[in-house]
Amino acid sequence: MGRPTHVTNEIRRLRFANGEMTQADLAQRIGVTRQTIIAIEQGRYSPSLEMAFQIALVFDVPLDDVFQYQTQEGATR
Amino acid sequence: MSYEERGQWVYVVVIVLTFGAYAAIVFGQVGRVPLTDIDYVPTMLWAIGVAIALSIVGRILMEITGEIGSPGDSHQADVRDRDIGRLGESFSGTLLGVGMVVPFALTLAEFNHFWIANAMYAAFALSALVGAAVKLVAYRRGF
Repeated sequence: MGRPTHVTNEIRRLRFANGEMTQADLAQRIGVTRQTIIAIEQGRYSPSLEMAFQIALVFDVPLDDVFQYQTQEGATR
Repeated sequence: MSYEERGQWVYVVVIVLTFGAYAAIVFGQVGRVPLTDIDYVPTMLWAIGVAIALSIVGRILMEITGEIGSPGDSHQADVRDRDIGRLGESFSGTLLGVGMVVPFALTLAEFNHFWIANAMYAAFALSALVGAAVKLVAYRRGF
């Protein structure tokens, strides 16, 4: 199964760094289902810009500490 | 598996079962009865009625079993469900539009009602099935 998105993220690491926050807790805080958090973490869904900011706000970090963009050439931005 | 994804599985099963049963009953008479003499109308109405009823019952059962399997999970569609829904509906709508060309052409060519009604039913069933399948692929593989 190929990755449908080039957006990678640090959500899983950030959840554990924030008191082992569960996927359900994060989902509840940004108003989505737990399955959507799972899909984002696994790179199966690229969240909207607004949702990305909401996630960053939950962890109180800048957006690019949560999400990175992997270019075709392999460089991370 | 999200609530909406489980709903799509119910929908796929219902479409396959009801359209499959209809096709087996109606086209199973081929050879014994001339095709255009087959009394397809009651069978088609039953198939559509049963599909609606099964969809409702299936959703209710899914809700009950889902609550037992993963209590506390949201039953509300979220932004990802809506994105996937739009993707599936765009495929389904396009296919339905293209599929309706066949019954339209059959009508203009004054074919028997049997062919026109069955072509319409097949277009509806196929577009619904493809729409649901696209949504399921999007849920599983991402998009």
